[in-house]
Amino acid sequence: MKLKALFTAAAATTAIMAGTHAQAASRDYISIVGSSTVYPFATVVAERFGRSTEFSVPKIESTGSGGGLKLFCEGLGENTPDITNASRAIKSSEIELCASNGVDEIIEVKIGYDGIAFANAKDAEHLEISRAQLFMALAKDLPDASGELKPNPYNKWSDIDPSLPDYEIEVLGPPPTSGTRDAFVELVMEEGCAEVPAVAALEDQDEDVFEAVCKSMREDGRFIEAGENDNLIVQKLVASPEAFGIFGFGFLEENSDKVQPAHIGGVIPTFETIGDGSYPVSRSLFFYVKKAHVDVIPGMAEYLAEFTSQDAIGEFGYLTDRGLIPLDQREWTKVRNAVVNLEPNL
Amino acid sequence: MTDILNEMATRREQKLKRSLSKRYRQEVVFKAFGVASIVSALLFLVILLWTIFAQGHTAFQTTQVRLSVDLDPVTLGLPDNPTEQDIFRASFGTVLRDAIMAKIPEASSRRERRAVIEFISTGATYDLRDKVIANPELIGQTIEYWALAGDDLNQFNKGNIDRNVDESNRQFKDNQIAWFDKLDANGDIKTTFNTNFFTNGDSRDAEMAGIAGSIVGSFYVLVVTLLLSFPIGVAAAVYLEEFAPKNRVTEIIEININNLAAVPSIVFGLLGLAIFLNVAHLPRSAPVVGGLVLTLMSLPTIIISSRAAIKAVPPSIREAATGMGASKMQVVLQHVLPLAMPGMMTGTIIAMAQALGETAPLLMIGMVAFIVDIPSGPMDAATVLPVQIYTWAENPELGFRENTSGAIIVLLGFLAFMNATAVYLRKRLERRW
Repeated sequence: MKLKALFTAAAATTAIMAGTHAQAASRDYISIVGSSTVYPFATVVAERFGRSTEFSVPKIESTGSGGGLKLFCEGLGENTPDITNASRAIKSSEIELCASNGVDEIIEVKIGYDGIAFANAKDAEHLEISRAQLFMALAKDLPDASGELKPNPYNKWSDIDPSLPDYEIEVLGPPPTSGTRDAFVELVMEEGCAEVPAVAALEDQDEDVFEAVCKSMREDGRFIEAGENDNLIVQKLVASPEAFGIFGFGFLEENSDKVQPAHIGGVIPTFETIGDGSYPVSRSLFFYVKKAHVDVIPGMAEYLAEFTSQDAIGEFGYLTDRGLIPLDQREWTKVRNAVVNLEPNL
Repeated sequence: MTDILNEMATRREQKLKRSLSKRYRQEVVFKAFGVASIVSALLFLVILLWTIFAQGHTAFQTTQVRLSVDLDPVTLGLPDNPTEQDIFRASFGTVLRDAIMAKIPEASSRRERRAVIEFISTGATYDLRDKVIANPELIGQTIEYWALAGDDLNQFNKGNIDRNVDESNRQFKDNQIAWFDKLDANGDIKTTFNTNFFTNGDSRDAEMAGIAGSIVGSFYVLVVTLLLSFPIGVAAAVYLEEFAPKNRVTEIIEININNLAAVPSIVFGLLGLAIFLNVAHLPRSAPVVGGLVLTLMSLPTIIISSRAAIKAVPPSIREAATGMGASKMQVVLQHVLPLAMPGMMTGTIIAMAQALGETAPLLMIGMVAFIVDIPSGPMDAATVLPVQIYTWAENPELGFRENTSGAIIVLLGFLAFMNATAVYLRKRLERRW
């Protein structure tokens, strides 16, 4: 008897669940995937949007830019994400993948820029450095005169170039889990290594070795992984004036009384130089929208409007407070128009 | 002659004594090792629990600031006879900002004013809005309102920011401390129970973030897991134990079940991604899919423990029932199953407790996500409690550190409760023959 009751209860519950299934047939919240760099900005917009409108709060997964675009391009329909965030532009291969799955009307929305600063304490010597020099200071292995790979021999900045300060090399930076680290490796190390002739020569011999040389950071204690806490890096820089740190531009702004940024390739990071792309260690942040979903999923148009409003990504917007570099007025108008008119712009 | 014999006897006795004391010594050392390993295990447990409780107990408290809020319809931007829609869109942020500025008029520069405004959480705006929607007659009045404090003030009030630390290394600056002390002296600061922590979903603001969303998510996931894995597991165990012929095929099945119990859980997540999402097209991030994946994971555990429980039922009972003319099915359903049930339930509860603590397989099916709304059914997007802990632990704000530990305390509480139930059931219902 008891058993029978148990099974009846189970059957009843299953029926109820099947019922809720039918009821939840169309999704009433926006589904967002993508870049972990954009994630902190998107979650803030999503929460504000959800709390101040009658729509549900969008669901956001942090899958990385590549993973997000892969999910995004799987097709149309409520089981696929509506929006994907990306800390790089979509690749042509991804556009093709999307198109082959029926996702052809995509709206690209550029939300701003992300800059990475290389800085030291204010009372220490100012640094003017090129990306090639930064690579030589921070690479794990470098080819010697005969082209053989040896552990990085440089101990002082002045060993690399006499114009650099006579400081021991000591750089505090984010761990490999961080998007800032990925961007630094991509924009400084990989760019810099191509400019060093001895390393560039490796590319012709063995591409894998070349890749490894370009991407590996020193592990002999000259490059120190200081954790995700940028506050801590700033404190350590103040305490040891010969050290340098790598962190997001937002932190540089907030601590401009304590630290100074280095000129990289002759440019210093400011709102303007990052905005116009002349500062080399910066990248654009995007999200991509399926036009076909805008009319199906409730709140899409409103979410897009909120994200691209001056309140959010404008010069004094709440995302700018959290470290986003805003677009210039002309670019913003273009983005805003694309969003308002829902023009597929790829 | 006897002398020699005696001498030999004493020598042997001495040798024996020596080896005996050596053996005793070895035993003492062996026991000491055992005690030492237990003591060190306990020590680690105590350290773990102590750090979690020391960091987490403040998560259950929150800070409120008393404001006198002037709900002036003009400042709120309300028309005459406002509708609920109008009130929903009114600028409650402005009246709250004015109210906190009125408490600390000495803050004058833009930077200082901003620091003062951050004393109040953005959550207070929405809370006040909901309050006024419920009581529209408040419009036009000046009310006393206990507003939720912002993260920094909250952390300082709860003692998580040390005022003796050098100012440059402290998030809460000297002038903020002075304003705080002034408010505190007036009795405008109150530490209360943090209901938000138990009624809210996730949030990017630590003082508003709660575990309700993830607890409901965990609940749905576990219900699905239980409803699927218990009947399937028991049926499989009954068949294998009572009906299946003993041949090579059942032997292979048995070995495979035992091996599946040892498969890393992430593998089940990949399986779930491939089957439930890519082939069956079930929604991402839904507790149903989480439940299906965790069913796969907990089935081997349930089957193994159920088989053990069935095996423990003495054959005499089966023989007696058969002797009284019961069919094989009657024997199983009316005699073996009821007697084996306590053992099966114990195994199921242990498997459920394991499923409750699982994160890795859920990563693959999109349950690791930022979800604010509390899910209303097993098809809604949801996270689970351990995933919430994981996502909070990645946030840099100080407030999330205590939230993380607070959520761990709740999760440990659930696990301890489930395991205690299993022990209780075993003690109470299990029969020994």
